[in-house]
Amino acid sequence: MRFEYTIEAGNFSKAGDASSSFKKILKQLNVDPHIIKRIVVSLYEGEVNIVAHAKGGKVICDVDTSRVTIQLIDVGPGIPDIAKAMQAGYSTASAKVREMGFGAGMGLQNIKNNADELIIKSEVGVGTQLTIIVNLNKA
Amino acid sequence: MKLREVAAILNAEVVCGHTKLERDVQAVFASDLMSDVLTIDSEKLLLLTGLVNIQTIRTSEMSDIKNIVLVRNKKASPEMIALAEENRIVIMQCSYSMYKASGLLFQNGINPVY
Ligand SMILES: Nc1ncnc2c1ncn2[C@@H]1O[C@H](COP(=O)(O)OP(=O)(O)O)[C@@H](O)[C@H]1O
Ligand SMILES: [Mg+2]
Repeated sequence: MRFEYTIEAGNFSKAGDASSSFKKILKQLNVDPHIIKRIVVSLYEGEVNIVAHAKGGKVICDVDTSRVTIQLIDVGPGIPDIAKAMQAGYSTASAKVREMGFGAGMGLQNIKNNADELIIKSEVGVGTQLTIIVNLNKA
Repeated sequence: MKLREVAAILNAEVVCGHTKLERDVQAVFASDLMSDVLTIDSEKLLLLTGLVNIQTIRTSEMSDIKNIVLVRNKKASPEMIALAEENRIVIMQCSYSMYKASGLLFQNGINPVY
C-alpha cells in the first residue's frame, strides 16, 4: 500500500500533518504501538526538516507485510555535507525554527536511532532524499 | 500519582481533558526542545514545557504523550486545544517556572525519566 503527502516549505502550522495522517493508518493496520512510535518520530523529524530547511517536497510511505519504507523527497537546496549534517548539534536552523522547538541539530540523529535503515542522498541545487526503513516484525 | 494530584500540587488550571484526571503519571520530562522530547520512550509520562505552539501538541501526538503541563503562565491556543482533544491529551496551565514546577513534582515523589 502506498500513501503520499505534500509538504509545504515554511508552513509550521501544517508541519506534522503527514505524520499524523500516516500514524492513523498504522493504527488501523494494527501495527505494534512501539513500532508505530519509531516510524512516526522518524517521519515527523523528516517532515519538520522539509518545512524548516527545504523549499517543499513530498513524502511517500510504502507499507508491506514486513516493513514500512518512507521516502522524503524535497526540491532543494540540498545538503552540502551530509556527514556534518548528521552530527548531533549541527544545525543551520533559523530563529523561527527554534521557536517551534526544533533546530538543535538532533533531528537526523533521532531518525537514525529510530530507523532500521536510513539512506540520505542529496545534491546541492537539486534536493535531498531520505529513505527510512522500519521493519514491522519484531526481531 | 494521579493527574488530579499533579494539578493540585502545581496549582494548575485544567484546560482540556477534565474527565481524564484519574490518569496515572509515572514519570516527568521537562523540556522546551521538541527534538529532546521525541527521544523519550516512557509510559504514563507527563511533559512539562514552556514551549507553547502547535508543535508541542504534534510532538506529544507522535510520542504518545497524553499529559502536558504548560509552565511560566503560558496559555494554550484554541488550535492547540482542538488538536489535544482529538488526541485525548490533557493540557494544564500553571504559573510556576519550570524549575519550581519540576522541583515540586520531584519532591512529591514522581520519578525523572533519567
Ligand atoms: N531536507 C533538508 N534540506 C536541506 N538541509 C537539510 C535538510 N534536512 C537537514 N538539513 C540540514 O541538516 C542540518 C541538521 O538537521 P537536523 O539533524 O534535523 O537538525 P535541525 O533540523 O535541528 O537543524 C540542518 O540544520 C540543515 O542544515
Ligand atoms: Mg531537524
